[in-house]
Amino acid sequence: MASDQSRLDLLQGTLDLLILRALRAGAMHGWAISERIELISQDVLQVNQGSLYPALHRLEHRGWIKAEWGVSELGRRARFYSLTASGRKRLEIEAENWGRLSEAIARVLRMA
Amino acid sequence: MWRDIVLRLRALFFRRRMDDELQEELHFHIEMEARKNRRRDLDPAEAERQARLKFGSVVSATEECREQRGMSSIEILAKDVRFGLRMLRKSPGFTAVAVLTLALSIGANAVVFGVINAMILRPLNVPRAESLYSIHRVSDNSASQSYPGYLDLRDRNRSFEDLAGYNVLRAGLDAGENPSRVWLLAVSGNYFDVLGIQPHLGRVFHGSDEHGPNSAPYIVLSHAYWHSRFQDDPGVVGRVVQVNKHPFTIIGVAPPDFTGTLLFFSPDFFLPMVNQEQVEGTSILNARGTRWIFMTMGHLKAGVTPAQAAADVNSIGADLEKTYPKDHAQMIFALARPSLYGDYLGRPVRAFLTALMLLAGLILLAACANLGSLFSARAADRSREVALRLALGAGRMRILRQLFTEAVLISLMGGAIGLWGSVELLRWLSVWQPFPQFPINLPVSPDANLYGVALLLALASGLLFGAVPVRQVLRTDPYEIVKSGSIGRIGRRITVRDLLLVVQIAICAVLVTSSMVAVRGLVRSMHSGLGFEPRNAMLVGTGLEMAGYRGDAVPTMQKRMIDAMETIPGAASVGLVDLPPLANATGNGAIVFTDETTDLAPANAAATSMIFKISPDYFRAAGTALLSGRTFTSHDDKDAPHVAVVNQEFARKIFGSANNAMGRYYKRRDGTRIQVVGIVEDGKYGNLTEDPEPAMFLPLLQSPSSEIWLVMRSNADPQQLTAAIKSRLRDLDAGLPSFIQTWNQGLDLVLFPSRVATVSLGLLGVMGAMLSITGIFGLAAYSVSKRKRELGIRIALGAERREVLQAALGRAFKLLAFGSAAGLFLGILASRVLASIVYQATPRDPLVLAGVVLAMLLLGLLATWIPAQRALSIDPVILLREE
Repeated sequence: MASDQSRLDLLQGTLDLLILRALRAGAMHGWAISERIELISQDVLQVNQGSLYPALHRLEHRGWIKAEWGVSELGRRARFYSLTASGRKRLEIEAENWGRLSEAIARVLRMA
Repeated sequence: MWRDIVLRLRALFFRRRMDDELQEELHFHIEMEARKNRRRDLDPAEAERQARLKFGSVVSATEECREQRGMSSIEILAKDVRFGLRMLRKSPGFTAVAVLTLALSIGANAVVFGVINAMILRPLNVPRAESLYSIHRVSDNSASQSYPGYLDLRDRNRSFEDLAGYNVLRAGLDAGENPSRVWLLAVSGNYFDVLGIQPHLGRVFHGSDEHGPNSAPYIVLSHAYWHSRFQDDPGVVGRVVQVNKHPFTIIGVAPPDFTGTLLFFSPDFFLPMVNQEQVEGTSILNARGTRWIFMTMGHLKAGVTPAQAAADVNSIGADLEKTYPKDHAQMIFALARPSLYGDYLGRPVRAFLTALMLLAGLILLAACANLGSLFSARAADRSREVALRLALGAGRMRILRQLFTEAVLISLMGGAIGLWGSVELLRWLSVWQPFPQFPINLPVSPDANLYGVALLLALASGLLFGAVPVRQVLRTDPYEIVKSGSIGRIGRRITVRDLLLVVQIAICAVLVTSSMVAVRGLVRSMHSGLGFEPRNAMLVGTGLEMAGYRGDAVPTMQKRMIDAMETIPGAASVGLVDLPPLANATGNGAIVFTDETTDLAPANAAATSMIFKISPDYFRAAGTALLSGRTFTSHDDKDAPHVAVVNQEFARKIFGSANNAMGRYYKRRDGTRIQVVGIVEDGKYGNLTEDPEPAMFLPLLQSPSSEIWLVMRSNADPQQLTAAIKSRLRDLDAGLPSFIQTWNQGLDLVLFPSRVATVSLGLLGVMGAMLSITGIFGLAAYSVSKRKRELGIRIALGAERREVLQAALGRAFKLLAFGSAAGLFLGILASRVLASIVYQATPRDPLVLAGVVLAMLLLGLLATWIPAQRALSIDPVILLREE
């Protein structure tokens, strides 16, 4: 349970960042978000769809994204997510953190 | 944060819908995925299968999403409440003390707020009350006008929509049977239209009904009087009744919530003031200098400010002063609210209520401080539980939340009980009529504002005293406590908390002293020095004038009344007096001169004396002792020489001594020489606390009065007497209004201030006692739980019970003794002030001193009972094992 939790935590952080980034393009529903992430990462990143929705709900509770029912491109009712102002700010911070972290890791790996 | 709460609330209340929406969302996703697969030429079933495979378990995703909503705060709250209730049930003593304390202090605040709400905050019960203003003289706050003055203001102003006026009058109403004395408002014809009052039944009169003096003999009943006197009979409309022997037609009934525009005062009915002559006997409609209209008022026109209206009215006033210099003066006005007669009543009422609210607020604050220390003691007792929970990983916030939940639970319980009590009290107050002969009451029925304020106060006080142990909990180090037990740091210094407690105890002792002094004084004042005996005496007020008696008919009728009363079985003696002593605050007085004075100017007067006009048997009926000489006989009539009976003080003031006075003469302002034929004991005439006043008693036959009270001495049951008196009077004249009460009831008015003072001191004393009890309780409980280990060791080493108690409670009792002594001393000083309100209030009374000491001791015992039991029940074996 504990190890599972820690792996999840790591995933969570990254997934949150990816979701926020994906939503910068505008409001979209959950499936579109996962498609977009996969598309842009050229299928390198596979979104675990089972954990996508808990992450969306978590972000909503934190007030970083908001959800509204709307009509999808096929005329079906769907839940559309979009960034809030605080979500936008969060994205900047997270993105910067991620950049620093990955640079640092890259440096460490090069040194070794 | 806010968003989170909204979402959580939504999750709690719309769980089902949220779940449905979640399912819809997840299935939409799978369908989109399947669609994508289909486009890659998979057959529909396979496309669906792969989509589901990729998604994984819908159930676990659902579960995880739900988890993201978190355990709802409300579920946590429910858990905390259950746990809190269990903890409170485990210490019923603490719970009872805390709940009772809060009930009393929140109740006190709610009552005071209820009165403020009704008197000051709530607008008058008429449509558009916000633009209704009355016109007051700046010089003396009076709103009175003469009738011509009112007409000028009404017709010449450009600021009011219309101007109405009213006056308060008393009259006799004869509606066929049971004639009675009533209070009425003589109002301008436009009164109801100005106020926008629609009748409950029938119609109201209008300005167009008035066509000069006595032209509008109409009555509009108040709803309450219609109910009490006519039993809600709708057939009453159209009936002709007699007001002071003049026929008036009842044309309608006012709505239930309308009782005129003066709070406190509820008239029985309304009639047009153009008919004033029929009620009062003489016409004053044309008297420009007689300001008899009590108040004028109206709605301001839209857009007109009170200041503009005042300027408008003032210019009319200046003009009137110029035109009628003899009749009008000081016509400078300001606008005010009519409900409390502008600032005249409004200012003292507001000041008094504000002071009361502050006091009540202080009581609540002190109660919270005390409960706070009680709560700290509890938190200290539970430090092991808290430490255990912290060690098991509970957050400090969670533990604080639990403590706050307990505090708020207590405060809500206390608040609910306090609110219930205050609502009952306010209901009782609003139907209470302190003086049966005056239609005065306090319209203070509770409303939604009151409930809101009580709830707020309860929550606020819960959070307030719940916050006291916060620091203590935050500092708790689970490791230290579980290892070594609670660390008893015993403060020997005098802390702010100690000082606060001493002050509370002292105030409590002052209040207990004062209320005991007041009660003793009140009891004593009922039994001595009145100059008459109110027990076993009936007072019957009659208005011969109201029944149309004039001139010689008055004494004849009075004689017949006495004769009729004397036939009542059990009537020992019957007398008449124009106005009984202590019947109202002023009484009748006149200046008198010594016989030698020739220039009868007021400056040369020997004294101002009370005057009572009486029948021969009055002294016997009233129980006034005749010390020497004789009382009157039926021969002391208007043809006989003028005689008087005087009291001792009169004799001393005019003649030097009582012995000198018999047979001597004195003079009245008109030069009449009067011979003193008897001397009676001194008494109280205007109020209970007055110094001895000179009084003269004159025979009714020589100075007639149509305002007459019958005094009947009898040991019979007052209710039977009342019935008998009523029937005898009806036999004499069915149209004679009367008002029957025992003489003790007749004293209600003069006893009112001292009774109110006594009751309020008593109530404050109870509050003070409650504060002291919780304060001492808190301190004692705290010191016992802090010193548990020390006490346990003492017990183990063989300390006596007495020594244990001394160690545990010595400090509390020291503070109690100190505070009580200070309070008793201050209380004795304060009683001097009290003596001006309550007759014969003196603290130099062994019963009072003993009572105070006993009360404070009892209070201390009560407050330390539970901690003492706990200190004694400490078992060193268990204690050593535990810690």
